[in-house]
Amino acid sequence: MSKQRVVVIGGGLAGLAATMKLAELGIAVDCISLTPVKRSHSVCAQGGINSVNELTRQQGDTEWHHFDDTVYGGDFLQHQPPVKEMAYWAPRIIDLMDRLGVPFNRTPEGFRDQRRFGGTLFKRTSFAGATTGQQLLYALDEQVRRWHAEGSVAMYEGWDFLSPVIDEDGRCRGVVAQNLVTMEIRSFPADAVVLATGGCGLIFGRSTMSMACTGSAVSRAAQAGAKYANAEFIQVHPTAIPGADKLRLMSESARGEGGRVWVPRKPHDPRDPKQIPEAERYYFLEERYPEYGNLVPRDIATREIFDVCVNDGLSVEADRQCVYLDLTHISREELDRKLGGILHIYEKFQGVDPREYPMKIFPAVHYSMGGLWADYERTPEGGLQPGSPRNHQTHIPGLYAIGECDYQYHGANRLGANSLLSCIFTGLFIAPGIANMFKSLKESATDEKFVSLLRGQRALKQLEHENLLKREGGRENPYVIHQELGDVMTKAATVVRRNDQLTAAIETVNKLAERVENCSLSDTGNWTNQNVVFTKAVRDMFPVAKAILKGALARDECRGAHYKPAFDMPGIDATDPAEHRRQAEAWCDKFEEKNRKWLKTTIASIDKSGEPTLSYEDVDTSLIPPRPRLYGLVGAEVIEQVWRERQDKKDSQSNDLKTKESLVASQT
Amino acid sequence: MIADATPSAKKPSSFEVRVLRQDAPGEPGYWERHLITYEPNLNVISVLQKIAALSTTSDGKTTTPVAWDCNCLEEVCGACTMLVNGRTRQACSALVDRLLEDNPAGIELRPMSKFPVLRDLVVDRSRMFRTLEKIKGWIPVDGYGDRGAGPRESQENQEVRYPLSECMTCGCCLEACPQYAKVELFQRSDESDAEFAERKNQAYDQAFIGAAAISQAMLFNDHSTGHMNADERLDALSAPGGLQVCGNAQNCVAVCPKNIPLTTSIARAGRQLTGYMFRKFFDR
Repeated sequence: MSKQRVVVIGGGLAGLAATMKLAELGIAVDCISLTPVKRSHSVCAQGGINSVNELTRQQGDTEWHHFDDTVYGGDFLQHQPPVKEMAYWAPRIIDLMDRLGVPFNRTPEGFRDQRRFGGTLFKRTSFAGATTGQQLLYALDEQVRRWHAEGSVAMYEGWDFLSPVIDEDGRCRGVVAQNLVTMEIRSFPADAVVLATGGCGLIFGRSTMSMACTGSAVSRAAQAGAKYANAEFIQVHPTAIPGADKLRLMSESARGEGGRVWVPRKPHDPRDPKQIPEAERYYFLEERYPEYGNLVPRDIATREIFDVCVNDGLSVEADRQCVYLDLTHISREELDRKLGGILHIYEKFQGVDPREYPMKIFPAVHYSMGGLWADYERTPEGGLQPGSPRNHQTHIPGLYAIGECDYQYHGANRLGANSLLSCIFTGLFIAPGIANMFKSLKESATDEKFVSLLRGQRALKQLEHENLLKREGGRENPYVIHQELGDVMTKAATVVRRNDQLTAAIETVNKLAERVENCSLSDTGNWTNQNVVFTKAVRDMFPVAKAILKGALARDECRGAHYKPAFDMPGIDATDPAEHRRQAEAWCDKFEEKNRKWLKTTIASIDKSGEPTLSYEDVDTSLIPPRPRLYGLVGAEVIEQVWRERQDKKDSQSNDLKTKESLVASQT
Repeated sequence: MIADATPSAKKPSSFEVRVLRQDAPGEPGYWERHLITYEPNLNVISVLQKIAALSTTSDGKTTTPVAWDCNCLEEVCGACTMLVNGRTRQACSALVDRLLEDNPAGIELRPMSKFPVLRDLVVDRSRMFRTLEKIKGWIPVDGYGDRGAGPRESQENQEVRYPLSECMTCGCCLEACPQYAKVELFQRSDESDAEFAERKNQAYDQAFIGAAAISQAMLFNDHSTGHMNADERLDALSAPGGLQVCGNAQNCVAVCPKNIPLTTSIARAGRQLTGYMFRKFFDR
């Protein structure tokens, strides 16, 4: 048998971490990436990376707390063993990145500095200025370059993954990819293929994601038989700067430091915002939430901004959704001192001084919690079995998914500063599993036997490519179709979801999916043809878009980032104590019933025509029992009390049962 | 100076964009003109997106979309560097309002001149990544197992290293450098991909490494573990195409979009190299 190889698709944090660890284990790797790896989307992450550390330990923090915060933040939708394993690995990962030279911020004594992030009480987040993602990515890139210089890693930067190659037993034996410059299509034999291709934000048109985040790679894997899980869970960030080309993140600290959100009461008021008198301004957060005002939690801010623009038609601009985030009442000196960094981003990309004019902002798609379904092997203690080849394997044997393109770790909502961790963790953790899998493989994809399979798949993709170039088509423009798809998806499937809108969106998307087959290319050449590459990507957005819409339509509940007003569970407001208590009991009954029905992973299987069919899988919640997320809810205290009593009762019952069982066991 | 973006400010209804196009490596370049409808808040990326969707030139002829390189559009990935009105910069942070203020006649886009053009505005900057390999731009750790935290580091040292670590390999510093000359090779018909790559690397290794790589060598020499291999990096800096080629024009630091103190790095590299040469001389 010739030497076994792994193909890693994607050169972001996850892909590079996998590549360097595999290289260390002596495995030959082909790393295939759309962009030079240093330009991957991971570079954009600003905030930091989470782990328990010596300092937070002294305050009572543990790996278990980090695990609990992640699971609670994700509304209990994730399988708990992988999350637990990640939390327990986290301190070692930060240490490793530190050893690799990441310039983490330092304390005066020279230790790594930490900051606090949303969703936790501890200073658990290590950071390197405001560019932690960039610094982590570069450190991994440097290690991979080191292995490349030694000859154990081959880099294919500027190649588009077209499909996995699957043999008659259903096992992945390699990939077909296309060079973006020469347009050469080539097959790469591999005994394991690792997909680390990131999120799919571009399905929503514009998002905070990079231009490479089209989701086309996961779609191609799903069309080849891998299953897609929790597609409907998309994280939307409340405040982004809407640009003509993309949406850029605006940190929430602008609201934290006193920023006021408003829109003119007259729709699309053309006046200079400073000329609009107070009485004609609608400070909708302050009016609707007098208690919290502009400091409502992230998800509520997101929903209200969306509501005031989309449903009330009060967007500042007529042809673009946005509201004002106003800092002009705060002195320049104070703004520069507290918010200098983020105000500079607005200034740079909008050409407007936010100290003088209110900023225009709108929620933006930011992270895909869903992704390719990936397996794991559980230990009896509830962690992951190290070195198991099952960890992160998709439904296609030999095809793995890691990083943002898999669905584990974040559940229904992602905790800040956990995404970088999950990417590096999965990359490092799966490598020994792949090495073990190789030991049991009887054949290698580089064997003579697979030559014709690989050649045949390559020829198939070549034919598809040529047919696309030759296609007369119906004069449809792929850029226009992409724009229309983005508009439909953004309107129906981001912040607030209604079944009638989702049903209508499915119909529209189906029509767009038919139209995309009639695209004619304005560029029919065979050299750096970005037109044909983009057309393929747009076409492959549709199966995932449909999975997002169908999943959202089916899921009749509110969970994490998925919010349906028709299925909201409002707080309780009775003044009579007995009635108050009764309402809390009823609330908890409803919550239990909702979990029985919906605490499940949505799994989409994509058929040959690109149509998803949904099924559901139970979630492993054996380590931390699900509990209600009550932040900001009226009557939260009594609900929590009732819930705790129920939980205690359950615990004592199961203890009684255990005692009885052990009694029976000792008597027999 | 921040452009006034109030609705009262006078804006054109449309503007012209001239793009220097090239169909493939080695082919002649040609200018193409596009008429773009003005909208507020446009940047050069959205202009290129509009050209792609229009696929016609300003005189109504059907054309192919202009090819260009981009990814993050937030000025951190380094992909979209090009010459905008003659100045090397990222297309994503080049705002149309400001460009038209400076030059109401329109916007001119050209590919960088120091790198081989692949097509239109897309250039091959693989030489930059090759130089990172030449200077051994990494921390040579023992392995990726659990060996505890990295070395302690002072705030002062972190503040020196951090800006250097923000280099996104965009190439602005090299485009502006009078000593950095284009190296362009073409694959021979009898040459395999691997042979061609090898010949390219040899040519790259002889040519000037440029400010970005010199600065990266300093980044790794400043790290406690990286410092253990400082001499190897200094060897690379004193090899052909090394530090001695620098003519101290200081253009690099003036165009760096990340304000990286490149000339400071070059000066420090010079001092480290002098010390190293002395040591080498007396250690003989």
